[in-house]
Amino acid sequence: MGDFLSTWLALTFNGIAFGMILFLISSGLTVTLGVMRLVNLSHCGFAMIGGYIAMAAVDYLGFGLLASIPVAIVGTMLIAAVIERTLFQWTYGITELGQILMTFGLTLVMVAMCNILFGPLLHALPVPHWLTGNFQGGGIVISVYRCFLIVISGLIAIGIWYVVERTDFGARLRASVDNPRMARCAGINVRQIFSLTFTVGCGLAAVGGVLGTQMLPLEPYYALDYLILTLIVVATGGLGSLQGSFYAALLIGVIDTWGRYILPAGGGFVMYAIVLAILLARPQGLFARA
Amino acid sequence: MATASPETRPAIANIRSAFAAHRINLVDVGIWVVAIGAYFVVPTYLSLGTTVLIMILFTLSLDLAVGYGGIDTLGQGAFYGVGGYAAAFWALNVTGEPISGLVVGALVAGLLGLVTGPIILRTRGLTLIMITLAITSMLHEFAVTAKSVTGGDDGLTGYHILPVLGLFHFDIYFRTAYFYCLAVLAVAFVVARIVVNSPFGLTVRGIRENPVRMRLLGVRTRNRLIGLFTLSGAMAGVAGALTAQVTGLIGVDTLTFLVSGNALIGLILGGFGRLYGAFLGAALFYIFSDRAAAINPFHWLLGLGILLILSVRFMPNGLTGLPEQLHLFRGKQGSGLDRSGP
Repeated sequence: MGDFLSTWLALTFNGIAFGMILFLISSGLTVTLGVMRLVNLSHCGFAMIGGYIAMAAVDYLGFGLLASIPVAIVGTMLIAAVIERTLFQWTYGITELGQILMTFGLTLVMVAMCNILFGPLLHALPVPHWLTGNFQGGGIVISVYRCFLIVISGLIAIGIWYVVERTDFGARLRASVDNPRMARCAGINVRQIFSLTFTVGCGLAAVGGVLGTQMLPLEPYYALDYLILTLIVVATGGLGSLQGSFYAALLIGVIDTWGRYILPAGGGFVMYAIVLAILLARPQGLFARA
Repeated sequence: MATASPETRPAIANIRSAFAAHRINLVDVGIWVVAIGAYFVVPTYLSLGTTVLIMILFTLSLDLAVGYGGIDTLGQGAFYGVGGYAAAFWALNVTGEPISGLVVGALVAGLLGLVTGPIILRTRGLTLIMITLAITSMLHEFAVTAKSVTGGDDGLTGYHILPVLGLFHFDIYFRTAYFYCLAVLAVAFVVARIVVNSPFGLTVRGIRENPVRMRLLGVRTRNRLIGLFTLSGAMAGVAGALTAQVTGLIGVDTLTFLVSGNALIGLILGGFGRLYGAFLGAALFYIFSDRAAAINPFHWLLGLGILLILSVRFMPNGLTGLPEQLHLFRGKQGSGLDRSGP
């Protein structure tokens, strides 16, 4: 019985760590979808770009994992800002299908560029020495790195919550999500808010990409492989709802980890089935503001 | 009263173009002459040619759902894979007779469309995309898991397909396969053309343009869309069945969203909602990707991505829509991507 419990606790813990990474990657996407109704299939690509920038910083500049995070954030945000100012201007005002195709094209470009620059091999960033190893107690083995991951992601989530719920900028953002037209009438520059949020969201995705390489290793097809997972998080949480994305990411992280343990051969079958059920019961997502 | 007033002239032009859609024109003849001519001009590339024909059929099925019905699905690969598995299963366990295999593929895929259609079509936009993706992913995971039925990662293989109509044996040069696929594509094309120009097809196009208005006119929009979705699924199932029969193998990679993604790319290159767009786009896409992937797959991916972005931006109606876009011809309305969303 003790074994049984500790296994499940360890699984849940790993699931939460996985869910936290999912949340970091998808938090920017939910705002993009919620505010601008832009179906952005290239969002996962920004997490991949962040990961590769960090890898370059570690390999060529001799940075540690933690020191490479700011480099990855700044680099990814610069690239995201340039793409938002240029290419994404074309995607506003076309149909969803057009947006899907255009951002899919952008993803293919990212995949090809990353392969040309960094090669097709799998990479995981080296974990600093003091973060390796496990905590042990009461028959439960917990990786130190995953603890660190949960703490950092938790802090970032609190930071996001504070900015969105407690600051002037957050109030404008919420107004723009809830009713873009009314927000514009009240003198809020919705387009500008969106550009800023998009760029910051890509920076957050970069953090997820850098921290998550132990679970989601870097490779050129990263942008396509984890795309569906992040889209599922956003759709299940409800478009534009950061809170929804947070809970959905944790839920999916935990369910997927459990599902792969119960039915190892079934892969993600359990998770997809549950997501399907959720979407059928609530097409607007779990936490949609109707 | 003898001559039409200037106001009624466009109406007459519309009626003319409506009838023209039922007639055989130069384009019809040209396409099929090219397809048959390819057999004699490049006999060493019949394997690629067969793949192209099958993918044209698959893209055509996607055009029915996306181009005519406005159902933005990313899960068309599900029907393709299920149709293929059904045909392979049929050949392994019942009979290797090919045409019955096609019928089975179409029926099973159509049934999948009929069952999932009511669920999928309750939603629109991103939720619809996600549900189609989730269904495809579930089928993929199922195909990997249920080894006794689907062969798992290895796929289904080792079945023998009997001669078509008892006369034409399948050979390693794909001679029979090429004409077999061409014949099936021709039948499917005629069916698609009759359907899209029928009253049913016209109401479906109306639903694409304005679902609320169609509902106010008394059209059962949901039922029409489910019907279209089922037909499109059955056609994709036939494409999958052809793949299974001609290549002698069906694998789990048929059940990924990249299969649908590739067909969508073919469709945007050729043009949505105009049947021949699928022919031109899919042919170009698969011939180029076959040649380019042989040289360097990643450079091809880069080129493809750029091509995709540029064609959505500058050629929303595809290659077949270019003449209209450049105002060379007037008349028929396109169904581009530049409709402004809600």
